[in-house]
Amino acid sequence: MTVLLSTIATLSVLGILAAVILYFVAQKFKVEEDPRIDEVETMLPGANCGGCGFAGCRAMAEAMVKQDDISALYCPVGGAECMKSMATYLGKVAPEKEPTVATVRCGGVCSKRPRTNEYAGAKSCAVASPLYVGETACAYGCLGYGDCVEACQFDAIKVNPETGIAEVDADKCTACGACVKACPKKIIELRKKWPKNRAVYVSCVSKDKGAVTMKACKAGCIGCGKCAKVCAFEAITVEGGVAYIDSQKCKLCRKCVNECPTGAIALVGLAPLPKEPKVAPAAKPAAEKTAEPKAEAVKNESVNEQK
Amino acid sequence: MKTFPLGGVHPSDNKKWSCAKPVEVLELPDVVNIPLGQHIGAPATAKVAKGDKVLTGQLIAEATGFMSANIHSPISGTVTAVDMQLNGQGLRQMMITIKREGDEWMPEIDRSAEIKRECNLDSAAIIAKIKDAGIVGMGGATFPTHVKLSIPNGCKAEYLIINGVECEPYLTSDHRTMLERGEELLIGVEILKKALNVEKAIIGIENNKPDAIAHLRKLIAEKQFAVTVEPLKVQYPQGGEKQLIAAVTGREVPPPPGLPIHVGAVVCNASTSVAIYEAVQKNKPLIERVVTITGKSLKEPRNLLTRMGTPVAKLVEMAGGLPEGDVKVVNGGPMMGRAMVNLDSPVTKGCSGVTVLSGKEANRVEAETCIKCAKCVSACPMGLEPYLISKMSKKQMWDGVESERITDCIECGCCQYTCPAGLPLLDYIRLGKQTVMGIIRARAAANAPKK
Repeated sequence: MTVLLSTIATLSVLGILAAVILYFVAQKFKVEEDPRIDEVETMLPGANCGGCGFAGCRAMAEAMVKQDDISALYCPVGGAECMKSMATYLGKVAPEKEPTVATVRCGGVCSKRPRTNEYAGAKSCAVASPLYVGETACAYGCLGYGDCVEACQFDAIKVNPETGIAEVDADKCTACGACVKACPKKIIELRKKWPKNRAVYVSCVSKDKGAVTMKACKAGCIGCGKCAKVCAFEAITVEGGVAYIDSQKCKLCRKCVNECPTGAIALVGLAPLPKEPKVAPAAKPAAEKTAEPKAEAVKNESVNEQK
Repeated sequence: MKTFPLGGVHPSDNKKWSCAKPVEVLELPDVVNIPLGQHIGAPATAKVAKGDKVLTGQLIAEATGFMSANIHSPISGTVTAVDMQLNGQGLRQMMITIKREGDEWMPEIDRSAEIKRECNLDSAAIIAKIKDAGIVGMGGATFPTHVKLSIPNGCKAEYLIINGVECEPYLTSDHRTMLERGEELLIGVEILKKALNVEKAIIGIENNKPDAIAHLRKLIAEKQFAVTVEPLKVQYPQGGEKQLIAAVTGREVPPPPGLPIHVGAVVCNASTSVAIYEAVQKNKPLIERVVTITGKSLKEPRNLLTRMGTPVAKLVEMAGGLPEGDVKVVNGGPMMGRAMVNLDSPVTKGCSGVTVLSGKEANRVEAETCIKCAKCVSACPMGLEPYLISKMSKKQMWDGVESERITDCIECGCCQYTCPAGLPLLDYIRLGKQTVMGIIRARAAANAPKK
């Protein structure tokens, strides 16, 4: 009996002692955490995708609360609405950012870009890319082994087995940028998101000379520069043998689409302009001079279309 | 019989297809493409322009910096382009294109068949000659030989090991070289001994080449060379530099940045030794090499003395053309070679053979799940855990990959060869190695200015 009593007594004393020590230690090492962090975290989408540049939503919430100027922070998944609600809660100014969408800039579908060999190695773009040119003769195009698909947490990108090219579901895409980082060929770009997922972009990144590109892929950009000449908004630049449309400057006027000899400029969600009977090429310089007012007209048109 | 201490596999050597075929001189190509980067290190700088006339053996591209090698014209003719051309992997690479007109050699090159043994040059002069001749390791790694021979301060070479192992299945170019040019090879060894100031020279030969071992031993006895021949167990990768050093000397090369010279060894390929003889005694730069064109399904596998820059398609044609059905053409052997997509790409200094695999051989088995059988761990000659490194590399855990010593990997392919699940282990390991090497270089660059 005495053994039992002494055991109970010892353990109780030990327990009380430990509790007292723990209490003081807890007081000493108490971490003051802003309760707003928890609040902000609940407002974030909770995808933990890393699209904001932080390790997860919690880290983003901490940064949102701690930084006075949150103009550099942005949650691509939550978008403007989410940012606005958080900013109002914190009494800060929400950064304004246009919504963007991941765009796969390769149009080398199987029918346009013939397969020259068969790849038997590990099905990963990161493995195949430094190894060799790929299953076609184009060293720049989409390999189609789906590193981007694996990187996407929103099920927004898929490799179409018929075309062999990754395709983005613009409605699901949150523009977190994970696929942009995963693509070893640097084909995927975050571009301005227009209403109804409309888009005009150069669907090729091949820096090869025109003749070489043509040989490898019939849908490649040959860098002829016709699109840049016809663009009224100076949105198109041709550098290193490939045209690029700046999505911030582009107004979706679609003139370039008709001009492209290889069909490398992709048009999404819009009907192409009717092919107007061509004026003699000699009239071109004059047309350029009158580009200004024309540009305005087209601008209004596209704005109307948006509405 | 001596061998390396850890791992290794026994692929069937398949040397019977070409090992009895004497070396034939391949007819000169009409057009050659010479890549500026056909060695480890910086690509050479072109010294000729479009329209220039060149002679056989003329310097056309100069080494860029220390870790680089000269390149010479393998034929005489006119330079038609210095431009990007497709290499064997279908990627663009800077190449010099030369159209052949006759075959006129540089006058200082001694083309006689006479064997010249006496060499009165000192070490520095020998290394300078080797550097001028643009000699690189011809076993496949293409490490510039003059860099290898320039012993860093504080190190001393004790062993010169000549790599006549040729453990890669199918290939027989070193085997034929040892048989047909044994005396030149041994003189090359003498020159190398002089350049390195070493006493001990050992030629390591895998035991599946008894004729080469007997032939060299006979020559050594007859002509009194101070060289020994060491027969080695038939086991892949016996010819790996570190494995060969371990087999012959029992010493272990420390992990990178440790070099063979840190254990007092310098390893040189057998064909390179012949090239060194030619460079030093005959003033002949590295413009041709023996290339084995082989494969079970080829009509006529051969060993061909080929000028650099000859299209691989020409070799395939000489062997009777490609077989029907699934075909994989590999630059090198089946274990370490790289599959090619462009047969018009040229033969380079490191190309010891072209292997044509067909049918079942050309295809990989379908990958299944890893059952952690650890066969790859027992097979790894570097004592790594390939299944783990491969998996971590797939998951992009670069820190973990680095701490698992991925930089030790020699990419021999034993793990993938032995994997019963047919997993592409080496594919991911290579990816991890490239990435980690990049990270290490970036870190070194970031730390450098702080000093």
